[in-house]
Formats: sequence, C-alpha cells, structure tokens
Amino acid sequence: MIEVKDLHKTFGEVKAVDGVSFSARDGEITGLLGPNGAGKTTTLRMLYTLMSPDRGQVLVDGVDPAVDPVAVRKRLGVLPDAHGLYKRLTARENIDYFGRLQGMDEAAIAQQREALIEALGMGDFAARRTEGFSQGQRVKTAIARALVHGPDHVILDEPTNGLDVMATRAMRAFMRKLRDEGKCVLFSSHIMQEVAALCDRIVVIAHGRVAADASPDQLREQTGESNLEDAFVKIIGTEEGLAA
Amino acid sequence: MNATLTVFLKEVRENLRDRRTITSALVMGPLLGPFLFVMLMNVIIQKQLDKAETPLKVPVIGAQRAPNLVHALEQYGLVVEPAIEHPEAAVKQQLADVVLRIPASYPKAWNKGDPAQVEVIYDASRRDANTPVKRVRTMLERYSRTQGAIRLLARGLSPAVATPVVVATRDQSTPQSRAGQLFAFMPYFFVVGVFIGGMYLAIDLTAGERERKSLEPLFVNPVARWRILLGKLGATAAFATASLVLSLVAFHLAGYILPTDKLGMAIDLGPAFAGTVLLLMLPLAGLFASLQTLVSAFAKSYREAQTYLSILMLLPMLPSMILSFMPVKSADWMYAVPLLGQQLGITELLRGGSVTGVQVGLVLVSGFLTALVAVLATVRVYASERLAISA
Repeated sequence: MIEVKDLHKTFGEVKAVDGVSFSARDGEITGLLGPNGAGKTTTLRMLYTLMSPDRGQVLVDGVDPAVDPVAVRKRLGVLPDAHGLYKRLTARENIDYFGRLQGMDEAAIAQQREALIEALGMGDFAARRTEGFSQGQRVKTAIARALVHGPDHVILDEPTNGLDVMATRAMRAFMRKLRDEGKCVLFSSHIMQEVAALCDRIVVIAHGRVAADASPDQLREQTGESNLEDAFVKIIGTEEGLAA
Repeated sequence: MNATLTVFLKEVRENLRDRRTITSALVMGPLLGPFLFVMLMNVIIQKQLDKAETPLKVPVIGAQRAPNLVHALEQYGLVVEPAIEHPEAAVKQQLADVVLRIPASYPKAWNKGDPAQVEVIYDASRRDANTPVKRVRTMLERYSRTQGAIRLLARGLSPAVATPVVVATRDQSTPQSRAGQLFAFMPYFFVVGVFIGGMYLAIDLTAGERERKSLEPLFVNPVARWRILLGKLGATAAFATASLVLSLVAFHLAGYILPTDKLGMAIDLGPAFAGTVLLLMLPLAGLFASLQTLVSAFAKSYREAQTYLSILMLLPMLPSMILSFMPVKSADWMYAVPLLGQQLGITELLRGGSVTGVQVGLVLVSGFLTALVAVLATVRVYASERLAISA
C-alpha cells in the first residue's frame, strides 16, 4: 500500500508537483496518466526517495521515507525513467549486483534471478554483456534487476516507452502477473490506451495536480463520455502531450 | 555481503573489462614516466659523455696562418675540418656547431707580441652546441696560458707572476646527490602516475554512470549513498595504487639500463626506495580519488569531467614547479603540506639521504587528513538530489 499525501515540489520558479494525493492498493494496478511534463516522474521520484518533497508525505506500508529511506527502498522495486545498464557486465551480472546491494545471499539471488529470467523470457540473452542490447532486452534486464529482491511494491516509470508491440504486450502481461501475485503495482504513462487496458485505478495528473482519481468505469461516468479517451481529454482539458 | 565491498568488487571487475581504463591506468600512467625518464636521461648522459670522449670536429678558417696553434689544438683533441664559406650562416643553419676563424691579422700580431685575435663563431641559443663551444674555448685558453708562460720565462720572469689568485674548488656533492639533482623531476612522474591511474575510474564511476543513466537505479537500492561512494572511491584508489606500484617497478628496471655510473653518479631505485615512496604516496591515492570524484560529480557528462580533470592535473605540478624556480631549504613543517611533502621526501631519497620517522608521519597524517576532508566533501555532494538525475 502506497499513500501519497499533498506532495509539493518546486524547481526554481517551476511548480513541478503542486499538491498531489492518491493511494495505490495492494493487488491492484494503479496508473499515473498525464501529458509529458505533468509531474509524473517527479512524483514517482519522491516516492522512491530519490527526491524529498518540499511539503507533504509519502507512506509505504505506513513507513515514511523521510524517516527511514532505506526501509522504504527495501519494500520497493523501481524501474526509473532512466534505467541504464552496466554495459560491460552481462544481464545476469547486472541482476546479481542489485541483488547483493539488496543484502540477499547468493543462493536467494540465483533462485530469484533465474525465476525472473524465465518469467520475462530473457533466456537467450541473459549470459551476454548488455552492450548492444535492443530496447526490449534492456528494459527486461532493468526490470529483472529492479525486482530481484521480490518487493511487494513495484513502481515503473513509463515502462513501455520505446518498446515494440510484442515487447509491450509481454510487459503488460508481466504487470498483470505481478498484480495477481498480490503486489501493489504503480506505473506512469502518457499513453491512454495502455492505462485504459491495464489499470484497476487511474490517477490523472495535469499541471502538477491530480485531475481525477477513479476506476475506468467511474471516469466514464463522471465525464459522461462513453469513450475513455474522450474522458481523459475532457479531464485534462487538452490533447497536448498525450498519446493514444 | 557488505554493500561497500559489493560496489568495490563490481567496479573493479567492470573496469578490468574496459580497454580504455586498462590502457590509461595500468599502461600509459605507470609506464609513460619511466619511458620519458629513460629517453631524457639517455640524451642527457650522452651529452655529458660527449664532453670528454668524442673527438671534436671543428672547421677552421685560415689554419695556415697559425700552424703552431692548430698543431696544439690537434694535440688537445680537436679534429680540424676544412674551411667552409659563410661560417655565420652555417652556424645558424646548424650545419656546424662551432667554427674557428683565424683572421689575416693573426701572424702579424703574433710576431709583434700583441694579443692575436681568433674568432669562435657559434649560436648561443643552440643549447646542443654549448658543449663543443665550451671545449673549443677551453682549448684556446689553455694554448694562450701556455704561450703566455713561455713568453714570461723568455723574459726571465716566473709565470706565477701572471697568476695572482688560484681558485681551488671543493665540491661537496656525492655521486648520489649529483644524480638526485638530475632526477629532480622524478617525484612528479610518480604523482602523475597516481593521478592518471585513478582518473578514468573516477570519471566513469560518477560522471559516466550518470551519463549512462544508471546512477538513478543504483541509488534506489536500500544502501546509504555514502556506502556506495566509499566502494567507488576504494576502486579508484586501488587502480591508482596499482598504477603507482607498476610505475615503481618500471623505474626500478629503468635504473638498470641507465649508464649513470659512467657519469660518476649513483641512483638507488631498489626495494627500500620503492617501499618508502609507496608509503609516502598512499595518502595521495585517497586524496586524488576523492578530488577526482568530487570534480566528476559536478560535471554533466563524461567529456566535461575529462576537461575539468585535465585542469586539476596541473595541481600536482605546482610543488615541482615552485621548487625548481625557488629551491628552498627543506624544513620539517613542509612535509605536512600534501604534495610538497611527497616532492621533498622523494627528492631527498633520490639524493641518497633518508626521511625521518617524523617526516614520514607528517606526510601520512596530513595526507590522510586532507583526503578525509575531500572524502567528506564528496559525501556531501553525493547526497545531493541533483546528482542522480541524468540530464
């Protein structure tokens, strides 16, 4: 369970996040939808303790990252927007490195790693150095690396960015699998179709504020639009920065 | 496993797979110094040997006007070359180092007993010609003195009359200290070796990792940033130290192939020397690693970090340069100044002297304290929010 209460973050003159509140429940996929530059990444960065909010509070299973950032990070599996790999290490070595940093023992790392390689279909390239990987291979490796410690909360910043159709479908299936395991899955996207297809709950962010927070059905009801796409556009007030 | 150790091992392993790091840290850094050193020393030593051993070939114009003089010069070791036209141009164009011209007035002046002029034509801005010029002048003065003495004797006077003062020199240098003077720039090679040894790692592990966008996921792990930083600093310092050790081995081997004994010089680059140098330089490995990481943390990209660090590289040159412009008498307190202490200590060792326990202690304590300050500053920068954000 992730709770976000009235987050604010300012960079110089720019109010990147201006009073964002929502919660993401266990066993659900929560989608942060918003145009580019709406404050999604900044919100997520405050969630996974890379930035501290100017005002407001984050709670992960009741733990405040401002109080105990390390305990929060232990509970999170994070795929940041920037998910560079170590190109002189193999995919397996990349995963192992993060497993060790999570404080896992070697046997547990090996078991988790192989399970993720299996689940993500990374078998053919896991032993190769990551230099020259395709975008899809890179994202898969980065996700395996982020989830090696089996966290209960999974945060994914634009996970399908740059993926082809096959890889996107695989990614969506994987997110559903995580939800079915009872995990709290929170991801951001500027692609309406994706959010509509995946989410149990949608948080629409625009101009650093929450414009809507509801299930897909409720959103359709609220706006009086039967088409979810039209509903989003109506909520955000513009089509700019969104993708179908 | 301890997080710092995990980071350290991963960085070492990853960088051992990088040809650029290996080349700069373990080949260029440690071997460039000894290589330049051997080249330079060979040139210098060759020059010094030229002074005494090789026959001095000098074109002489008007040799027929002073057969006695020419005969004497030949006895002193000069080989008379045929006269050349336009000697001034020849010297300027480096066709000859030095040309001797005996003017038409010479026989007349000589016979009258007046001072007879001979001309030595050379170019003082050509340093390589200095030695032959000096040799020609010395020979001419010797001939002049001998002839002067003969003339005094012919007039019934003692030649001692013409020499009211005799200078006797008492050189207190030892073969080792003469060598030390020649090798004054060696400490700089060691310092630069340590600097280059860690440089690429420092850039790669901070600016490089940020540019490749892997710093953000790394910081999401449940490990305090200073632990990650310590692992990275450790890896950087380890490469720097490895570079220094290789450099010391290379200098040790270089010591065997240099013909320093021919010059009446001795240089000891043995294990005792290497061990002391290693000890004196250890704080610098830590200091440079954190300074380099600190600078890289401010750079937005790999390239920018490289530019900043090449400027920072001038820093270790300062003591060497200052000491060569204004040689100071070393005092104990100077050993407490990082870089200066290393410079003085290594120079002293090369001169065949020794460093006291107090001096070594000062170098180590001050060096490690400075390194600690640099580490703490780097920890602060590492904790900042903007560090992890890739542009």
